[in-house]
Amino acid sequence: MARFMQFLFVTKTVWAVLLALLAGSVLILVAGANPIEAYRSLFGEAFFDYYGFGATLVKFSPILLAGLAVAIPLQAGLFNVGAEGQIYMGALFCAIAALYLPEMYWPLHLLICTLAGAAGGAFWAAIAGYLKAYRGINEVIVTLLLNYVGINIVSYAAGGPMMEEGAPYPYSAEIPSGLFLPHIMNPTDAHIGAIVGVLLAIALALALKYTTFGFAITTVGSNPQAARYAGIFVQRQMVATMALGGALAGLAGAFEILGVKYRLFHMFSPGYGFDGIVVAFMAAANPILVPISALFFSGLRSGAQFMQRAVGVDSTVIDAIQGLVVIFVAASLAIKFSDSRWGKILARRRAMEAAVTLGEKQNA
Amino acid sequence: MLEFLDLALITDLLRTSLRLMVPIAFAALGGVICERGGIYNVGLEGMMLSGAFGAALGTFLTGNPLGGVLVGILCGMLGGGVLGLLSIRLKVNQIVCGIAINLVALGLTAFLARLIFGLNATTKTLPGFTPWAISGLSKIPFIGPIFFDQDPLIYFLYLLVPFLYWLIYKSAWGLSVRATGENPGAADSAGVPVYSVRFACVLLSGALAGLGGAYIVVSQVFVFTEHMSAGKGFIALAAIILGRWDPIGALLASWFFGFCDALQLRLQFANPSVPYQIFTALPYVASILALIGLYGRVKPPAAVGVPYQRESKT
Repeated sequence: MARFMQFLFVTKTVWAVLLALLAGSVLILVAGANPIEAYRSLFGEAFFDYYGFGATLVKFSPILLAGLAVAIPLQAGLFNVGAEGQIYMGALFCAIAALYLPEMYWPLHLLICTLAGAAGGAFWAAIAGYLKAYRGINEVIVTLLLNYVGINIVSYAAGGPMMEEGAPYPYSAEIPSGLFLPHIMNPTDAHIGAIVGVLLAIALALALKYTTFGFAITTVGSNPQAARYAGIFVQRQMVATMALGGALAGLAGAFEILGVKYRLFHMFSPGYGFDGIVVAFMAAANPILVPISALFFSGLRSGAQFMQRAVGVDSTVIDAIQGLVVIFVAASLAIKFSDSRWGKILARRRAMEAAVTLGEKQNA
Repeated sequence: MLEFLDLALITDLLRTSLRLMVPIAFAALGGVICERGGIYNVGLEGMMLSGAFGAALGTFLTGNPLGGVLVGILCGMLGGGVLGLLSIRLKVNQIVCGIAINLVALGLTAFLARLIFGLNATTKTLPGFTPWAISGLSKIPFIGPIFFDQDPLIYFLYLLVPFLYWLIYKSAWGLSVRATGENPGAADSAGVPVYSVRFACVLLSGALAGLGGAYIVVSQVFVFTEHMSAGKGFIALAAIILGRWDPIGALLASWFFGFCDALQLRLQFANPSVPYQIFTALPYVASILALIGLYGRVKPPAAVGVPYQRESKT
């Protein structure tokens, strides 16, 4: 029994997600559909159907990168809630590099476009990092506000100077076909960005653990005072960490251009940056868990459309369920095993067992 | 640009900025109370959106904007209750709670709006408040039409600000709130019920943010649209800092943002050749610049963001 309770605690995030889905099924019931059928079509199509899974992977890549963009600064105690704006800026920089640089050998050009995207996101996040580090301005508010500015800048670029002549909608010219990212599940749009994202997540997890830079990030996050004594330039580290987060979001934007859209569109992101916040929290900011939680959420997102078609429940219910997941996961993370009644009982039992063994030893 | 010198246009600009200020001001005032009590309210945006939805629902059901306002306030308080439950009882990180509330509000209001009003919700106009000139005062030249020919919720805002000022600085309860936000441990030893004070703060904050959202529905657009709070709750967060956690300061900061918003609408209208995005981004850019330009670092209440854990008796 005790071991079972401990198992429940270790897997509490999973239980929280299931509870959120259960709460979501109430919403589906309210909408007049059968929740079991709705979830079956949602997850069945999103994960166990070739085309559906391809659609899931298309969303997986940006959601994963946005999740990392939130998770890495979170390790340093910084809240980057501006991944959405950083995605837009990354896409803008990438599109500029793709459309206006002189012709060159395509792998080089592709690399430059990718790096330009990362730089765009890094620049946008670094503004918030700088203001936090050197002016003490709350990074939550700055990154939130910068989202709106970034979206407007892209909207201006796509509908103004970069707009394709005669386009019916604000979008730019198509990028050269040599720059298209390789697809991994033809004929779906799933592209190599998904694999790059997973590799980056693993690399970041290793970097956090084994490199000086990673150590500096986690030290600043857990104890800035100690970090200062350890010779870490805390302020510079804050800016660099935010910039790294922004670079990851910028990469998501670049991959959207290079792998899916092939143009810069007005309002092209359906809120991937905000999904990233949810993903990062569910993974408890651990880069190695981010791909798992990102896969779950990209499945929710892509499956929502199938669910809407199959049982007629509006796909906005998925937005609500996503929020519920955050609430339940956040609440579950707050419940500490040692604080719970079971934790206390177990601790007492362990103390008693120790006393008994001690007594046996003394008697022997 | 010369047309700006026209007195009638200036009057109109100021009148519009006052109207655009109201949602931000209500949310910011709620945020001031909340943060004074030691709880960050990043969920203002979601609470505003809930309030807007509640207002549309209440007006739809009762046929009266006043009913809408009441339901809107209740929906905002529901958001505040969730924030309180998570951050005060469960001690979840307050920024996480706020973001969660924003997400749930965004999805739930869109979902329920489609469910209740149907897909053609945006075509159904709801009854709302109309400007209500105060006889006498509204006849004062220049000032009259700006301040005293507005709708009832603006008059309520006029009364609310001095009341909140009194509540925070002069009342016994306000003292408990400030003590709770600065040093909950000391407040607790002095007999202040820290948890209930904080809970009251988040509920009040949710009610005010809900009222701000309701105002958008019953006084500005008369219909509920998805994501209609459109970042005003985040601007309100900036207004709290800019107003230095003070009701009068928050009001002035909100007016500044309302003015930027009114100005961008006017500029957009007068300069169709200039891309509109430059103007729509203006209030957000102004918020960031205002935060940067704030001289002397402002100090938030010392215990804001820190969950209070009472010493356990073991």
